[in-house]
Parts: sequence; C-alpha cells; structure tokens
Amino acid sequence: MSAAATAMPHAALEKDSAFESLLKPVYKGKKLTDEINTAEDKWNLLPAFLKVKGLVKQHLDSFNYFVDVDLKKIIKANELILSDVDPEFYLKYVDIRVGHKSSSSTKDYIVPPHECRLRDMTYSAPVYVDIEYTRGRNIIMHRDVEIGKMPIMLRSNKCILNGASESQMAKVNECPLDPGGYFIVNGTEKVILIQEQLSKNRIIVEADEKKGIVQASVTSSTHERKSKTYVITKNEKIYLKHNSIAEEVPIVLVLKACGIVSDLEIMQLVCGNDSSYQDIFAINLEEVAKMKIYTQQQALEYIGSKVKTVRRQKLTTLQEGIEAIATTVIAHLTVEALDFREKALYIAVMTRRVVMALHNPKMIDDRDYVGNKRLELAGQLMSLLFEDLFKKFNNDFKANIDKVLKKPNRAMEYDALLSINVHSNNITTGLNRAISTGNWSLKRFKMERAGVTHVLSRLSYISALGMMTRISSQFEKSRKVSGPRALQPSQFGMLCTSDTPEGEACGLVKNLALMTHITTDDEEEPIKNLCYLLGVEDITVVDSDTLHLNYCVYLNGTIVGIIRFPTKFVSRFRSLRRGGRLSDFVSIYTNSHQKAVHIATDGGRVCRPLIIVSDGNSRVQAEHLAKLLDGKLQFDDFLRLGLVEYLDVNEENDSFIALYEKDIEPRITHLEIEPFTVLGAVAGLIPYPHHNQSPRNTYQCAMGKQAIGAIAYNQFKRIDTLLYLMIYPQQPMVKTKTIELIDYDKIPAGQNATVAVMSYSGYDIEDALVLNKASIDRGFGRCETRRKLTTVLKRYPNHTQDMVGGMRVDENGEPIWQHKALGPDGLGEVGMKVESGQIYVNKSVPTNASDSVLNQTQAQYRETPVVYRAPEPSHIDQVMMSVSENDQALIKVLLRQNRRPELGDKFSSRHGQKGVCGIIINQEDLPFNDQGVVPDIIMNPHGFPSRMTVGKMKELVSGKAGVLNGSLEYGTCFGGSKLEDMTGILVQNGFNYSGKDMLYSGITGECLQAYIFFGPIYYQKLKHMVLDKMHARARGPRAVLTRQPTEGRSRDGGLRLGEMERDCVIAYGASQLLLERLMISSDAFEVDVCNHCGLMGYSGWCTTCKSAEHIIKMTIPYAAKLLFQELLSMNIAPRLKLEDVFEQ
Amino acid sequence: MSNIVGIEYNRVTNTTSTDFPGFQKDQDAKWDVENFKNTFDVKINSLDEREANFDLMHIDTSVTNAFRRIMISEVPSVAPEYVYFFNNTSVIQDEVLAHRIGLTPLKVDPDMLSWVDNSLPEAEKFTDENTIVLTLNVKCTRNPDAPKNCTDSKILYRNAHIYARDLKFEPQGKQLSTFAKNPVVPADPDILLAKLRPGQEISLRAHCILGIGSDHAKFSPVSTASYRLMPYINITQPVSGESAEKFAKCFSPGVIGIDDAGKAFVKDARNDTVSREVLRHEEFEGKVKLGRVRDHFIFNVESTGAMTPEEIFFKSVRILKNKAEYLKNCPISQ
Repeated sequence: MSAAATAMPHAALEKDSAFESLLKPVYKGKKLTDEINTAEDKWNLLPAFLKVKGLVKQHLDSFNYFVDVDLKKIIKANELILSDVDPEFYLKYVDIRVGHKSSSSTKDYIVPPHECRLRDMTYSAPVYVDIEYTRGRNIIMHRDVEIGKMPIMLRSNKCILNGASESQMAKVNECPLDPGGYFIVNGTEKVILIQEQLSKNRIIVEADEKKGIVQASVTSSTHERKSKTYVITKNEKIYLKHNSIAEEVPIVLVLKACGIVSDLEIMQLVCGNDSSYQDIFAINLEEVAKMKIYTQQQALEYIGSKVKTVRRQKLTTLQEGIEAIATTVIAHLTVEALDFREKALYIAVMTRRVVMALHNPKMIDDRDYVGNKRLELAGQLMSLLFEDLFKKFNNDFKANIDKVLKKPNRAMEYDALLSINVHSNNITTGLNRAISTGNWSLKRFKMERAGVTHVLSRLSYISALGMMTRISSQFEKSRKVSGPRALQPSQFGMLCTSDTPEGEACGLVKNLALMTHITTDDEEEPIKNLCYLLGVEDITVVDSDTLHLNYCVYLNGTIVGIIRFPTKFVSRFRSLRRGGRLSDFVSIYTNSHQKAVHIATDGGRVCRPLIIVSDGNSRVQAEHLAKLLDGKLQFDDFLRLGLVEYLDVNEENDSFIALYEKDIEPRITHLEIEPFTVLGAVAGLIPYPHHNQSPRNTYQCAMGKQAIGAIAYNQFKRIDTLLYLMIYPQQPMVKTKTIELIDYDKIPAGQNATVAVMSYSGYDIEDALVLNKASIDRGFGRCETRRKLTTVLKRYPNHTQDMVGGMRVDENGEPIWQHKALGPDGLGEVGMKVESGQIYVNKSVPTNASDSVLNQTQAQYRETPVVYRAPEPSHIDQVMMSVSENDQALIKVLLRQNRRPELGDKFSSRHGQKGVCGIIINQEDLPFNDQGVVPDIIMNPHGFPSRMTVGKMKELVSGKAGVLNGSLEYGTCFGGSKLEDMTGILVQNGFNYSGKDMLYSGITGECLQAYIFFGPIYYQKLKHMVLDKMHARARGPRAVLTRQPTEGRSRDGGLRLGEMERDCVIAYGASQLLLERLMISSDAFEVDVCNHCGLMGYSGWCTTCKSAEHIIKMTIPYAAKLLFQELLSMNIAPRLKLEDVFEQ
Repeated sequence: MSNIVGIEYNRVTNTTSTDFPGFQKDQDAKWDVENFKNTFDVKINSLDEREANFDLMHIDTSVTNAFRRIMISEVPSVAPEYVYFFNNTSVIQDEVLAHRIGLTPLKVDPDMLSWVDNSLPEAEKFTDENTIVLTLNVKCTRNPDAPKNCTDSKILYRNAHIYARDLKFEPQGKQLSTFAKNPVVPADPDILLAKLRPGQEISLRAHCILGIGSDHAKFSPVSTASYRLMPYINITQPVSGESAEKFAKCFSPGVIGIDDAGKAFVKDARNDTVSREVLRHEEFEGKVKLGRVRDHFIFNVESTGAMTPEEIFFKSVRILKNKAEYLKNCPISQ
C-alpha cells in the first residue's frame, strides 16, 4: 500500500468543530500576518458560507420555516370550528407548537434519532395547540393539547441535535459529520427530495409553432385550490380558457365582465398606443360586438351560462358569472367588494403578452429557464400534507361535536375537549404513512403524487450527501424530449453542471451546486408598501391610458403599480436590501422587453451569494478577509455590511458578473466568490475536472456514490439492512477544496494505489485491472459487508407468543452442527462464524395461534429457525434485542463478512474510469522501479486515448509529487496545483519530469523498453462484487405451477436458455439435443389422451366420454399440458387428434 | 555487442543480453564456470541489521532476478497464521485484528521450526516443533492519576493503545529451552494493533507457523528486495562554462563534477537516479549518452527483521541451488 496516511474515522473525533481549523489564525500554512491577497483568499468566504448554511441548509431552512411560521399560518387559516347544531358553540385554535409546551421553554424529551433507527421507531415530536372554546356559557382556554406527532427533520431546530457539539453528538451515538435534513420513520431514514416545478402565479407565454397557437398561462395556487387559466389564440382571435368554463370565452367579453366595458379602454389596457399591437388585437373587439354583448351584466351572464359547476343550491347565471370571475379565474387574486379592476388588469396583461408574442415570436418565454422554476422542499410538502390532515382532523372533530350536541337534554355540560383525542392518531399516522411510502395524496387539490420520498442511501458518505442535494423533476422520464434535459446556461452556479444520472432520467434529475440557497416565503405586504414609498403609483389609481407608457412593477407576478423612473427605483430598492432593511432573499430585476420591474419574495427560488462590486472595486477588501480569518466577521456580517448579496437567477441575468478580480471593469456589478462552486458536492471530488472530457465527470458522479468507504463516525453502531465498509480507507493524495469542505477527507471512500500505466499479461483488456497480490495481502481494497436480519417475536390474541428456543445438543452434550453458532439463549453468539445451513435465531411459533389456550393443555410450538444461506460464511457482529413501538420484541442480528478483492471485483478511479480486476499477480512477477517500488494496480494504457481523462494523468503527477514532497496536493476545479510545479518537484527528487519511470520486468529482470507512467492514483472500490453475484445451478427448486426452474439468484434459480440460444442450437443442427435436454430429461409429462374427444383424462379414464376405450398414453411437455388446462378453464377446448406417424 | 542499456529520450534500447549459445553463429558463448568465477564480483556497500546494499557484477540478469524473486516469495519465515479469539470487545473486528497481527513481523529464526503438515487433523497439526504461540491479553482501564481536563487518550486510560510489543510469547514444550536465549518478540515493537477504551478487552492466542511469501505477503522476509542497474554516463562532447553548471544540475547531486577548466566530467555515476532530465534540454543534445550497465546490479535488500539481510540473500542462493539440483536430477532432464 502506498505511503499516504490511513484516515481512521475516530481519529478526527478528538478535534472539536470541523470548521474550527478553517477559522484558526494559521490555516493551511497561512498566518494572519501574511499578506492577504483578495484575489486568492476570497475563497475563504466559502467555508464561512458553509459554516452558516451547511450543505443541506435548504432542507433545514424549509422545515424550520414550516414548523415555525407555516404551521401558525395553517392554524390561522383553519382556526374556527363551528357547530351546525349549536350556534353558540365555537372552538378556536390560538397557537401551535412543535416539541415543547407553552409553559416550559425547554424541549420535551424525544427519543434520540439513533435509538429510533435501531428500534424501528419514528423520530417525532408532539404537536401542541392552544385552544379556546365554549363550554355551556363559559369560554375556556386550554393550553398544550396534543393533536399528534410530527416527524422531525434531523438537525432542524426542533431536533435534539440542533446546535449540539461534537461531544453531545457522540453521546447520542450520532455522527457529527452527518448532514441531517432527513426524517426517520419506522426506523428507516427517509429523504424528501427537492421537487422542481414551474413557478406558480406567474404568466408564462408559450407557442406551438405547428398549430400556430400562442398562449399565456398562469397556474394559480392558493391554500384552497389550484387552477390554471389560459389566454389562448384561436383563429387569430384571443380567448380565455379555464377548466371550469365549458368553452373558450372571447377575451374582450371577459374584460367586459370584469367591468372594463369601453372598447377604447380595453384597447388601451392591452395595446397601449402601439399601432401594430392594435392591428393584431382589433379583431377581438368585433367578435364581441357581433355577439351583441355590450354591458358587464350581459358579459357576466354569458360566462355564467358556460360555467361547469356542481352546486347544491342553484345560482342564477349572473351569480354564476360573478362567482366565476371572482373566484375561479386567476384564483390567486382575491376580489374584494366585487372590484374586478385588479383582475381585469391581470387578464389584460396576459393578453398583452400574447399580443406581443404574436407580433414578435421572440417574446415567448422559456419554460426550461431556471428563473421560471421553483424548487419545492420538504417544508412545503409537509405543509401541504399537514393542512390536509388538519382539515380532515377538524372535520372529524366537528362531526363528533355535532353528534354529541345533537343529543337533546344532556346531563352535563359538554366539554369539546373530550372529543379531541379520539382522532388524534390521524395526523400522526397520516404524516408517517406519507413519508414512509412517499405517496402524497392531497384531497383538496385532488393531487396524488408517488415517489416523493426515498430511503436515504447510506452506501457511502457521498451517496448520502448527494441525495440531500438531489432535485427531481416533474417531467415524465419516458418522454423523449431534449429541452428539459438540456444544460441551461442559467444553471450556472446554481445547479451542478456534471452531476446527473445517465439514461432515462438524464438531465431531469439534477443536483444543487455548492453555494446554492433556496429561498423560503417572505411577506409580500411590507414590500408592497415599500414600493409605494419608493415612488410606485398604485395600479388601482392608474389611468388606463398611461399604463403602458411607464414601467409596470410586478410583485410576485402580480402587477402592483407603475414607476416613472425604473432604474432609480431598482437601485434604491437594492441599496435598501444591501443595507439589511429588507430580506436578503427579495430579488428585483428589470425586464426592458416587457417594460417591467419584477420583484419576487416567494419561496423556492434558487439563489447564490456574490460579491458586490461598486465603482469598479470589489467591496470585499483584504481587511474584511483578515477579519473573517480572525473570526471577527461571519458570513452573515458580510451580508449585513453589504459586501455580499444573494442573487436569484432572474436578478443574476440582470447583472454583470466578473469571474476573477482582474476582469473587473466599469460595467461589472458583481464578482464570483469562487469559480469551482459551479460544481456540486459530488462532482467536487474529482481532481482536475476541468481537464476531463465532460461525460467522464458525469460518470464519476454516478460512481462516487457506489464507492465503498467509511460512512459515518457511528458506522459500527448502525444496524442497516446492508452496509459496505472499507477496512483501511485513505484520504486522497490529490484533494480538492470541495473535499475539505464536505469532510470527504475525514470520511473517505478509496485508497491511494500506486498505478503503472502499462500493458501486462493480456488479462487487462477492456479496462480490466491487474492487481498486486501482496498489496491485497497487506490490506488493499479490503472491505466488509454488514447485513441485518430482523425478527419480531409476535404475540397472538390467544396469549401465545413466538419464542426463541435453546440449542439442541447431541449425545456428547455438544451442540449439533446447525446450532453451533447459537448460545444457550437460542440467539447467535457474537463473534461466532455461521456457515450456510446453520441457524442463528432459533425461533419457534405456536402451532395454534387462533384458538383459546384454555382448550389446550400445553401450547405446541413449531420451529421456524432463521437459517443462514450464502456461498461464504459470515460472523455475527451484533445481536440487538429491543422492544418496538407496539411492544413487540424485536431482534436484530448483524452479520459481518470480511472480503479481500478477488477476480471480477469492480474498481474505479475518480475520472469515470471503471474496471474489473482481471488477474491478481504475485509481487515478484510485477515490474519494479529503481527504488524497488511495485505497483498496486496496473492499468491498460488503452483507457486513455478515447476517454481523454487528462485529469487522471494530472492527478498521477501531482500525487507522485505529493508523495515525494510529503504534501497533499490540490486538484481543485479551475485551480489546483500547477503542473509545472509538480514536474519541478519530480525533477528535484531525481525523477523524470514527465512522471514516467524506467521499470524492470519482474519476470525476466530486464529493463522494460518503454518508460512507464507510474505514480499514485486514488482508486475507489465499488459495491459490485463477485461474491454477491456469482451464481450457478445444476438442479434446484422449481415453481409449483409450471414445474419450471425458479428465476433469480436469490431463489437459486436456473439460467435461462432463451429463444436466441435455442436458435443457435437448432442452427448448429443439434435439435435432438434440445428435445432431450428441454423435454425428455426435464419437462416430460405423461398424459392420458382420449382419442375420441381429444381431451385429457387420467388413470386411463376419460372423464368427458366416461369411457376408457380410446385412451392413449403419450408424453408431452408439462408446459403444454398446463396450457391445455388453462385454455379449458377459459372455455376454449383444445382437442388433440392423434394419428400414427408410421402407418401400420 | 556492448553491455550498456541505452537510455534514450523516449525508449530504452539494448535491454536483453545476447551472450547465450546459438545467438551468433561464430560465437560460442557457452557458459563457462571458470570464466564466471574469474569475472564475477561482489562488492558490499553497506550492511546492517535491516538493510544491505551490495553490487553483483558480471552475472546474468536471469540469475540476479531469480535471487530477487526467491527472496520476495520463497525464503520461508514465521508469521502468525491462526488467531483464536477468546474475547474481543473492542471496536476492531476479529478478522481485521487477526489480519493486523498476521502482518506483524516476528523475530524468529525460521530454521528453529519445521513445516506444518496440513494433512494431519487439526488437533495434531500444531506441535512445539512447528508452532510458536503468542498471546495477547489486554484490558483497558481508566487511569485514576490522569490530570483533569486531559484529552490525550494515552494518558487518560491504561492500555488505550495496543502495540505489537503487547504480543507475548508462550513457549511450548521444549521451546522453553530452545527459545530460552532468544525469545520470540515482534521485530518492530511499536506497531499499533488496536485502540481500546475503558471496559474493552482483547484476549487471543495466535499460532505462528512457517510459510513463504508467495502464499501470503506476511511470510515474505523482505520489505523489498530489488536491484537497479549501474548508471552509465558518457559525455561525448565537452560541456563547459555556465552550461556545465546547468548540466550538473540535470543529474543527482555529486554525479557530475566540474574540473578546474570548468569542464563537466562524470564524478560518480552510481548516485545518479537516471532522471533523464539532461535529455530534455536542447543544448545538451548529442553531447551526452546515458545508459546503464546491464550486468552490474546494485542490490538492495530490506529485511522485515526476522533475519539479517545477508542471511536472506544466502538462503535465496541456497534455494536456487536446490532448484537447480532438483532439475539436474529430474528424470526429464536426463
């Protein structure tokens, strides 16, 4: 094994905070007194950012927002429960809290997360509400009523791990490097993936070029409902379309219904005084005139007659029309006192956008533009679910109350509190079920979404981390569309450019970049007021004529006013934000094509921090960075001081961003913090990725998640279904800054192998690797698998229960072979070896679990032992006995297997270059250099030309220089150790500058005629191992129905000789072989066929003809016999007609 | 043909020796013992407990390589092979600890043991003639004398770190007398085997037997045994003045000297690492020829500690001799 230090997972525990080293006065050999170079040291903002934000901060922020803010909003929106029976009665929710009671500020005790994992419990905290209700004539306040339990996101502010120090984390068996952001439901870790959606409540203009249709659509989303409104062209006329209106309604008619009756005003609102727009739009006015609809009342009645509704009480068509305009069309705008003007303006704006797109096709919007997307996080999804469950809870509650109140002459005053606990389970189970199955079904929106949650992959630390930053798209995977899958320029810095799966989900599943932040909802009202203060004229008082002469101001897609001096307004708005007067995450940008200023405060926008540049200078100066390194300033201080700000995609598009400080010129507004943050956490592992062909980086992103390594500091405390661990993981010789930031150097997954790039033995074709046997002997690539088996000791209604019996002994008092691994308690003993066929939990179940025991003298038991079946023996690592939430005894046995690399095991470097072990060669046969160094791995040079992974070569050279220099080198994207420096170190140490050494053949002892590229490369062992896949069978189990061999390795199944293989045998001319192997010696079945009726009988008797006269015995395949019987069962009678082949 | 391996910019030439019978028509090139005796030369450069460096000159590559190969894979040595666990409550798994103990080099003279007969049943396999028993019985406890707010686990606890020196030799039968003078100890006592925390303990017994490196690397008596060829530098055109300084820098320090006239000369080619740096510079093109002497091997043998390096080398010679003898007496060869 190579020289690099072995990173023992527990070694780092001694140090306290991971970030402390980053913020210490001496960092990476740099002292505070050293001159600070802003151009290079501004990257220190990144660790500072991650210290505040962390990699999964989006999830935590979103969940925190949900429990702290959104829950209260939901309670507010559904606060009253009234009774249909007793008008006096009311119940009002006053407040809601998660995890602690109102009286004490300390949190309730909740079972720690690791115990939940082990005991198959849900990590949750109680939800308390304060209520106010009437009992008789009195109003009663009741505090801290528990309405259910809410699963808690790990490391959120309701979690016991929130703000815990490393030693506190260690006390509850938790890994301090675990990112959190997931839930534990019934013992499994579940992640709610980030969902990508088209933004809500925004107008999107699309065009279908084939059909010549232009449409503007808006998805209105409120707490109550979701609906979509379209303004669509049809025969060059413009209509409004909505699901609850039977047919398209002419747009002018809709505007008239909204109270804009004058054609002139309609024209002004839609077209302004642009004559080309007027020409396009004029035809619409004619149509309505032809329909002879002139007044608002006529228009409303027209719409009312088209509405599709299911109502209990019939409304007049006029009322229907008013209802439709007020509530269903563009539902997110609320109408007060039947003032439709705001809505009319909104529809006019939509129409204008359509007209603009008709006039100039470039004005259509791009759906795939990241600025038009919103990311839905755990908090939002939980909030939707909770509100649904809460409504159901309230409905049930109300029904219950009504039931009691209906009873006349109650003996005592009714206390509504008595009915509350009856249904309290609904919320708990509803939340649990949704998270554990991933089925989000919301009654309100008639939404049914599957696959929202996933089990957190704990294959490696990276796979868990990668899952937390993953974004899944709502697009269908099967559709062959390129648009949504393509790399969008607007993804820059927000979404990782490399990390996406290959195959059907390519481009649809994305990952966040390193510095991305996702916003949560902010209050709209204060921003609106601020706009008015900054000179925006309220839209309700704006004259229709002047509307389009000025810039319109939109707040979250809704027009709020006009502004005469947009540039000034925007810059003043920005300076207020930079001064901390409003939320950092409010974005503002000008769209000069639409003559609009857009302000966004909604949640789910992706944004990232950038350094502000003013007057051609970066606002972050050396002094600030010095203070940052000194710990006097935090990242948030940089925000507060107005040195750094968050830009979302739309605002980023409105800025000039310099990549490096040297690029700053007068028009530049912002400066990147670090260019390598275009990549995400997973792609950040790759050294020198900017020298690789881009698909290779994508391949590595997929493979890095399969690498075996350390998983967490608490890996030996975990009992997972399947866990792969590497025995001696090492941190890579060539690191990246990302590796340090995400602590991959503390929880690595791979080893530094000395690689010789040369051809050897012919067993290295097609990317196969040659491994050094001595290296394997010394621990290279060793790994361990840990497999869990859970048994539950059930209790039955008749008071019998499963039990674990002791071991059985032979005549000498020794345990029988099957029970060798058992202890006297009938459970496997820790440390024992179990071989295939041996038992490790000797469980028995009662033979009679239904009848009452009273009838039985003694309970009878049947042995149902847990038998170990695998090609290789395992050792028992842990046996856990506990009690699950429903009081049943739970036994978990962890089996461990130690594996050394063997032929066919899969390895990969960090450059998407995977290969299997083709041959294992003795040390003495391998080539060696002057120093006697022998490679651990020999890689075939043919892997390089077509793959173009130059980064791998640079890794080798940098790694070799690092070994000689005693340093860890960097391969950070767009940076890293320079090749010239590295080759310089090689030459200094007496090596060739190119990294190629003269080797001697181990077999002949002579010099090799070529120089060999020789040095360390970080190799990952991937989870695909031969031992888990090898399979062969001569005979074995068969399926009962078809009598054919079972399928699959797990069932010891047969290997299919398929149609194509069959064709080969026939073509070869060996069809008799097929007959013999497939029929005579395997599937033959003797049947009695009645030659009279052609059906099958049995025992020489035809049941159809009731005779034995014409029965003939013959042999057919069992499959054919089954087919005949199945045909018979569906009323098709296959009749066999028998003839002699050779006439007698 | 010259016996210099040519080191060129991007290839190595003349790597194979040609002095074998039948290569050239007119030359006999038959191997002659007397001739070999006269020409063969050994020069010892350094020799100590763990490392030996010596030159073998005028000997064929195949023979030298055979020595190297045999030293790595066929010279027997003693290593722990069977580890029996009685108790292990530490975090390190039985298999991993057993692997680590197996790799610990032991100071045992392999000649003191005989080979284990694998055909015998388990109970009779191990005797005092072929097995050495090591035991490890450690328990970690708190150190009551540890100063407060101390964080060093070595001070806080007793037996927190288990080293190779904690493996204790248990002489069996007549080993009490045969191993009385030199009891079995690990060659490097400071190898960390495991880490413990209070309450954890390890109790095990290891059977160490004879084995060879090709079976498992732990039986290899050498960390490495390898050779390099003697560097050869031929300055074909004089290099002098400033460029001589630069010329000297292209080689390892002390390889190139500069004489009074400012001319570069080869002072000591042995120390050169043959980095080929000089071939990169255009100004030295054609002025120097690099090479290595094909039959001059600078051997380096690094022992793991059980035997002295010279002993290992002699054993390899003996093994090669036995092999040759076996071949000679083999019925096929007659």
